[in-house]
Amino acid sequence: MTGDEACAEGALAAGCRFFGGYPITPATEIAEHMSERLPGVGGTFIQMEDEIAAMASVLGAAWAGQKSMTATSGPGFSLMMENIGLAACTETPCVVVNVQRAGPSTGLPTMGAQADMMQVRWGSHGDYEIIALAPCSAQEIFYQTITAFNLSERYRTPVFIMTDEIIGHMSEKVVIPPADQIRAEDRPKPQGRKDRFLLYKPGPNGVAPMPAAGDGYNVHVTGLTHDEKGYPVMSIEAQEQMMTRIKNKILNNLDDIIITEDHHLEDAEIVIVSYGISARTSMAAMQQARAMGWKVGFLRLVTVWPFAERQIRALAERVKAFVTVEINLGQIHLEVTRAAAGKAACHLVGHHGGAIISPDKVLAAIEEVL
Amino acid sequence: MSQAIARKEAPLQQVPDHPLEDLIRSDRIPHIWCPGCGIGTAFAATLAAMKASGQDLSSTCMVSGIGCSGRAAGYVKLDSFHTTHGRAIPFATGLKLGNPRLNVVVFSGDGDLFAIGGNHFIHAARRNIPLTVICLNNLNYGMTGGQVAATTPYLARTTTTPAGNTEAPFNLPLLAWAAGASFVARWTILHIRELTDCIQKAMLKNGFAFIEVLGPCPINYGRRNKEKPLQTLKLYQEQTIIRNQADPSDLEIDFSKKVVLGEFVDKERSTCIENYDKTCRLL
Repeated sequence: MTGDEACAEGALAAGCRFFGGYPITPATEIAEHMSERLPGVGGTFIQMEDEIAAMASVLGAAWAGQKSMTATSGPGFSLMMENIGLAACTETPCVVVNVQRAGPSTGLPTMGAQADMMQVRWGSHGDYEIIALAPCSAQEIFYQTITAFNLSERYRTPVFIMTDEIIGHMSEKVVIPPADQIRAEDRPKPQGRKDRFLLYKPGPNGVAPMPAAGDGYNVHVTGLTHDEKGYPVMSIEAQEQMMTRIKNKILNNLDDIIITEDHHLEDAEIVIVSYGISARTSMAAMQQARAMGWKVGFLRLVTVWPFAERQIRALAERVKAFVTVEINLGQIHLEVTRAAAGKAACHLVGHHGGAIISPDKVLAAIEEVL
Repeated sequence: MSQAIARKEAPLQQVPDHPLEDLIRSDRIPHIWCPGCGIGTAFAATLAAMKASGQDLSSTCMVSGIGCSGRAAGYVKLDSFHTTHGRAIPFATGLKLGNPRLNVVVFSGDGDLFAIGGNHFIHAARRNIPLTVICLNNLNYGMTGGQVAATTPYLARTTTTPAGNTEAPFNLPLLAWAAGASFVARWTILHIRELTDCIQKAMLKNGFAFIEVLGPCPINYGRRNKEKPLQTLKLYQEQTIIRNQADPSDLEIDFSKKVVLGEFVDKERSTCIENYDKTCRLL
């Protein structure tokens, strides 16, 4: 099946029962697959009037108690930013898939890119934290979509699957394990007296349990700065308290959230850093480099946000250089450069968008550094 | 000090509870609405209608957008959602589809529902998703200090139309009717009894129900258009006419003529939820 279909199947396996969508190349197949499959498992699919509405409906369904999602690409992602901010502020679990295509604006609708990596991090206004995963195959999209739902439920936060046109439209073998081998997590439900419940009082991992509408908690949910009860409070103190909670529930759980894959890092002098489809380019380049006897390693960012800063910083102490491979003109490259803090050279093998980077280009860059 | 103690020791006066006490977040009072504002009256009518409707209030929710009317969700002691500007209806759509047993009431203003949120309104009406949408129409953007809205009358003065509005306003019931709403009505905050009964009826309607409520904004709109608070209410009394089932194209708001109030549409049409169950779930 294609990456898009594997994404939809992963969502269903994770327990997703609401999809609010809007057609856009190259993400449409996710919506199509969900429209076919959801009613049969007791879920609901709706095609909304635009991506703004799609994202708003996803949040509404999440507060109705459903695991909910949408899928889009660049132009639609831009429109969703408003309600992604509402999701971050109101700590609403949801999953958003961005099957990236080249931009800016309408760009190259049918050709892949990885140029929304900073938009996913900072696209809505204000400070906040999100989680973004970058799968590199159809099989991995299946599993990462499940992980995305589990993380969003665990941390009450929007979680993003940052895939791209190439993986989305590529057909590969996908093994779907039996349901009893899939661990699908549900948001913690509040216990105790309903009249004393505080909607944003952090639990042990920094996250508050979340009731659904109709559970009898009379919750108030607002995008205004609010206190632990959820009531709007227009004060600097309330802002600080809310922001601290939203940031810390992610920043204090980095070990649980950040997934990376190490390849030959033990003796590496040069480390390729990459994610998503470009990880496959990077893997090929690393294998060829090793065959030539070059001491090249590969750090794959499965979780791109929050950024694997600690890993990069530690590597910078002992490697000569980083080569970041991504289909944009230097987004995660800048993060690597920041984390390396001048202790190792940082190079970019980038692309304007529309095609996969060839391993030869990566090898050429490595050769220059050597 | 002694006064304070004396007051403390005095027997408590038996003050009768406000009849809507149990539906109000009294810990959030005072509210933000200005003296002479019409929103509170429409809000109270909504709460009274909720109680009278006999609906299970523990599964009744209110969704608002942004603006003065958008603050309503913050004062109702129900599951309540104060969302983004213009997006109350698509949020409410997700809420209703996520759990069709919920009764979902959208309470918001004209700027929120019909300018920035206009597209969502017509599509929700077209789908006939069961929502009760109450629009407090005060003819301008009150929260930001009185700017021109999609409902501001021709030539009316606002802070962004200092020489007078050069555009024509929407006729909201006509728009709702054309988009396919199952229930369409208009009242003013002076017609409190009719309004309350009407909201109750709308809440029990299985389909998209829309009620426009005219309410004064004396601070921002009235002041710039030489309309004192009581004069606006006088217009509501003298320059309105109740005509149920009126032709929706006759519903323009022009107080130099008569403004038509009443229930204009009340029809049966299957909802998108019923159709989804029938067509996609094969129930």
